[in-house]
Amino acid sequence: MPIFQDADSPKEDQNAPREVLLPLGESSLDFQRFITSKKFHFSEWLMEKLLLIAGVSSVLIILLIFIFLFKEAVFFFQTGRLLDLIGKWVYDPWDEKTSFKMMWQAVSEIPKYSLIPLLCGSFLVAIPATIISTILGIGSAVYLSEIASAKTREILKPTLELLAGIPTVVIGFFMLAVAASFLQEIFHTQFRLNAFAGSLGVAITTLPIIVTLSEDALRAVPQELRNASLALGASKWQTIWGTALPAAVSGISASVILGFGRALGETMIVVMATGNAALVTGNIFSSVRTMTANIAAELGSVDRGSEHYYALFVVGAVLFTLTFFLNLSSEIVLNKMRRRLRM
Amino acid sequence: MNRWMKNLAAGAAIFSLTAQPGVFAARNITVKGSDTMIVLGQRWAEEYMKRNPEVTLQVTGGGSGTGLAALVNGTTDIANASRPIKEKEIEKARQAGYYPEEFKVAMDSLAVVVHKNNAVEVLSLKQIMGIYTGKINNWQEVGGKNSPILRYCRESNSGTYVFFKEQVLKNFDYAPDCQTMPGTSAVANAVSKDPAGIGYGGAAYFLTQPSLRILSIQKKDGGEAVNPAQAAGKLDYEAAWTGRYPIARYLYMYTGFKPKGKIKNYLDWIRGPEGQKIVEEAGYVPLKS
Amino acid sequence: MPELLLSLPKLRSRKIDWVEIASSLTVRFFTLVPLLVLLAILGKVFIEGSGRMSWSFLTEAPAEGMTQGGIFPCIFGTAAVTVLMIIMALPLGVGAAIYLVEYGSSSLLVRMIRAAVNNLAGVPSIVFGLFGVGFFILFVGRNIDRALQTGLLFGQPCMLWAAATLSVLTLPVIIVSTEEALNAVPQSHRAASLALGATKWQTIRDVVLPQARGGILTGAILAISRGAGETAPILFTGCAYFLPRLPVVEFLGIPMINPLDQFMELSYHIFIMTTQSINAQATRPIQYATTLVLIVLTFLLNLSAVLLRFYFRKRLGRISL
Repeated sequence: MPIFQDADSPKEDQNAPREVLLPLGESSLDFQRFITSKKFHFSEWLMEKLLLIAGVSSVLIILLIFIFLFKEAVFFFQTGRLLDLIGKWVYDPWDEKTSFKMMWQAVSEIPKYSLIPLLCGSFLVAIPATIISTILGIGSAVYLSEIASAKTREILKPTLELLAGIPTVVIGFFMLAVAASFLQEIFHTQFRLNAFAGSLGVAITTLPIIVTLSEDALRAVPQELRNASLALGASKWQTIWGTALPAAVSGISASVILGFGRALGETMIVVMATGNAALVTGNIFSSVRTMTANIAAELGSVDRGSEHYYALFVVGAVLFTLTFFLNLSSEIVLNKMRRRLRM
Repeated sequence: MNRWMKNLAAGAAIFSLTAQPGVFAARNITVKGSDTMIVLGQRWAEEYMKRNPEVTLQVTGGGSGTGLAALVNGTTDIANASRPIKEKEIEKARQAGYYPEEFKVAMDSLAVVVHKNNAVEVLSLKQIMGIYTGKINNWQEVGGKNSPILRYCRESNSGTYVFFKEQVLKNFDYAPDCQTMPGTSAVANAVSKDPAGIGYGGAAYFLTQPSLRILSIQKKDGGEAVNPAQAAGKLDYEAAWTGRYPIARYLYMYTGFKPKGKIKNYLDWIRGPEGQKIVEEAGYVPLKS
Repeated sequence: MPELLLSLPKLRSRKIDWVEIASSLTVRFFTLVPLLVLLAILGKVFIEGSGRMSWSFLTEAPAEGMTQGGIFPCIFGTAAVTVLMIIMALPLGVGAAIYLVEYGSSSLLVRMIRAAVNNLAGVPSIVFGLFGVGFFILFVGRNIDRALQTGLLFGQPCMLWAAATLSVLTLPVIIVSTEEALNAVPQSHRAASLALGATKWQTIRDVVLPQARGGILTGAILAISRGAGETAPILFTGCAYFLPRLPVVEFLGIPMINPLDQFMELSYHIFIMTTQSINAQATRPIQYATTLVLIVLTFLLNLSAVLLRFYFRKRLGRISL
């Protein structure tokens, strides 16, 4: 292994401090002078700063996302009121009475920008999806970390990664073209495209996340704990239930939170599979409109600078804030676990 | 890493050269706007380029408003619109130094469709309004079987959504349980799988679907019921031209100035017999000659 | 794999413990479900899609209002946008990872960067789309236009901004895998290099990076596969429904990718073909075939990443011995 092999460009040699390489025969004193010389420090300093900028870029990007979402969202309040995001008192000329309506109806005589149906939709898809993928995911994680042999695991884990690699638009297409009719035949639902169909699709995308992270959490549980449990006469499953899973619970819950955040943010599957009717409902077999689908469907040709445009950024800001806090809390839980396990 | 990048770029370049020549020709005329018209605009472009290989046309969508805005910005030569230009947009264009010229290029009959197993064959405009505003909720109320009505409509950004809302719903709001589909194709697909469904959209999208029924529409309750299509899966042009079929609209193309040269030739060709033949083939209503 | 099905808990012990058997069966079943789903999707797409597949399907442009012809412009567009994306994301991501691993002394800053990377990985893809419109197109693009007096050239959706949006999205993938690769380089190698008088940057460039090459390459491939499959971020930042020609411009006589043009893309093509094309039912074979191409593409990328990682881990293991 040639240590100082320079595989790449000769171009770099011109400005890089090649000459500072310790020349043979120099005394160590000279070397000391060499590495403290000004020129030497400058290129090192420059490189470090460049890398620092690259490092800080992700912090910067998060900040920029935050700023640009909220900057546009704030403009909504030039014309709209905070209450508009919940509902509006609207006079209905057909029924001849005024009522409080929680609707998302952006193109209308009286535009209505209630977030309630969208929140309903998002949660009605994300919660079942998370429940499904949690049950399946923890099961698979237990199998992979506690039961499967190393060889089986080596085959199964990349396979699961392949599942994670399926583009979401493909899953959406599959739900729309194949699974939706199939599900309707089984459950005899009124809506062919509904929240449940969407959440099944979303579960496919969150499952690999939960499996991978839960498995990591389970494998981080020290073997001594299991040995102790087994030595006390517990069976393998008593050990898993009573020792391994409780010890890994924070890691597993972090993975579930993360999966939930991912489910809330899923776009293409819900656009294609949930029917997109902005209803305030708790029925899982009803058609729903999620925040993500709403943005994807309406941002396309809305006039920049209109109230509708800003309202979509409000939705985006709410979505971002929700997922941001979910990610943050999963991070905190994970950090706590890491610290505890290190002790 | 550098070398790897170069290899990749070279690979992409070589791969691109295996495609037919001609794709590298320079951009010539750009057309932008209505998503409704994109299929039609694309057919026109394809045929026109076949006949005039020296011209290149670029067609993109984005919506009628986007196209007209691009016209004012000077980023497109022709704007497609499924609605006439608004006063406000003309004013904007004048300020930017443009004088938009309007060309009617085709007509589009909006069809209301149900599943073929649905007993209903005729609806009046008022009944359709009742259904889409959520006042009529069971097929029984309009002469069908006893089953709830499932409404499918387009996304609110589409010209079709707005036109239908203005012409049929008299600007009342859609019922909140309307399932909005990202495209007319998705509406057709959804209704074809849903015996209780109702949908609407450009008739072109429904003509060839055996599991759909295009409804006849009465202007007034009990009046003459007119179907936008003739029996053999062809549109009834007379009905659209004379206005006997109530929900038909013109499709427009706008230019920034009085068209000259290549653009004029293209627009003339579109409005001429060859262009209008493509309109028919694409499932739209040609202009009355 | 056979073990998953066959090696049930051994029943020779004292008593048959039904709880044990039930639990064991349950987790096996739960592991099987995702595999079956994967198989179902792949099988369906393969069966339905292979009929339409042919060489001309891959090399021709769509025709007859996208009811005939092939998908070449989509393949080209996908390749072009991911190349642009990786050019932007790779230096930034690798740089960030190097900083985190090699220079990360100030622990608060490092913690902040780590948190930002993790959060970035969890931002919904549609939010990236919004960000792309609000920041890249309307802020950066419009300001470039104003500064260069180019009318409306940069301030509209095009491949450049789509690639930029995707590169922001894939940045965490690159950072995380590069970090992993850097951490796998034994500390002793660094010490040896430093002891020989090489500076820190020289050590990184000549000792650490060559050994981490495999891991970085893996990250880049994973990022490309992720970027190629995303639809939501590019919906509004540069995708086109149909373009009669490739987004290519002649530069010094050589056809080059034109980053200021719109482009067609595989995953977006699937989306519009299923929901907006003239007859979604009749063009199902095209949709399946396009899906097959996209899946094969992403799977090949993912597979090569998995294999690469495997290979480099093995080699690294040998070195550190």
